Amino acid sequence: MAKLNITDHARTPAPGEVLDHEYLPVRAKLLEVAASLDRVARAEGASADDPRRRQIDEALKLLLEDGDSRAERMQLLFSLPYDDGWRDRFGL
Amino acid sequence: MDYIDPHIHMVSRTTDDYATLARMGCRALSEPAFWAGYDRGSVDGFRDYFEQLTDFEPKRAAQFGIDHYTWLCINAKEAENVSLSREVIAMIPEFLSRPNVLGIGEIGLNRNTPNEATVFLEHLDLANRLGELVLIHTPHLADKHAGTRMILDMLAGDQRTNPERVLIDHVEEHTIRPALDAGYWVGMTLYPVTKCTPERAADMVERYGAERVMVNSAGDWGPSKPTAVPDFIFEMRRRGHADELISQVVWGNPREFFGRRRTDRPGAT
Repeated sequence: MAKLNITDHARTPAPGEVLDHEYLPVRAKLLEVAASLDRVARAEGASADDPRRRQIDEALKLLLEDGDSRAERMQLLFSLPYDDGWRDRFGL
Repeated sequence: MDYIDPHIHMVSRTTDDYATLARMGCRALSEPAFWAGYDRGSVDGFRDYFEQLTDFEPKRAAQFGIDHYTWLCINAKEAENVSLSREVIAMIPEFLSRPNVLGIGEIGLNRNTPNEATVFLEHLDLANRLGELVLIHTPHLADKHAGTRMILDMLAGDQRTNPERVLIDHVEEHTIRPALDAGYWVGMTLYPVTKCTPERAADMVERYGAERVMVNSAGDWGPSKPTAVPDFIFEMRRRGHADELISQVVWGNPREFFGRRRTDRPGAT
């Protein structure tokens, strides 16, 4: 019995192809963020002084920066600081 | 595509999930000891749990042609009780000769506290004394970066630690590089909201390569998807990556790492 030929789809994406795929998902995610922030703005007691809100504002600014490491930089933005003297502080 | 899920908590999943995993191509999985959703009150609670991990679960998995492996420890959430942790660490060797045990795990940090660090170091000492593989849980969300750095400090501080025998799990964009640079294996956990998506995992493979990299579902009793590894396979294929590369991540790498487990333990069957 002859074997079925299976197409090898491995290839480098054409210019613009990644954006073709990402455009609508990115639009949808940005819209979700916009709607979430509208919800926060409408909520009683919402405060611009809340450190979480300031963190979100910093994250939004980060999206407009250049480069290809936005995800890593955003992770660090939402991280607590590392103290390299932690072992002394813990007595370990 | 055949795959291995290197981190999934089957004690909290149904038998139907085993059937689904088998149909999706899962040939083997490993189940680290973890938090049960409540703090256990005695060392006997852990003894019963280890019995379940080394006897009952392998039989349940075998019904669907899946090899079940496991890791033993007291998890970081319960490490605040240092005296109980020490009792559990002293009891672990009772189970190390069971045939499906890969090593010590998932040990690690949760809120990066002194007691968690103390218990981590004592687990690491046990693993290094006995030559066992180590599977490490890194903390969630805001604690992950500092906690991962602390774990790397502790691993580097024990001269006996061989990075080729340690898997650092739940790495994300800000922690994968230091773990790989130090020579460790890494796992990316495909888990909704708090960890990594299949798309971001594919991004990290494209950025850092496939060497010493695995992906897992960490399926448990929380919101999680036990078939997340096939989602990663699909995403990699959609991007045009060759099956050989994908298979290295989901099959070859876990096989190679797990193959380094101790097989000469006293009393092993």
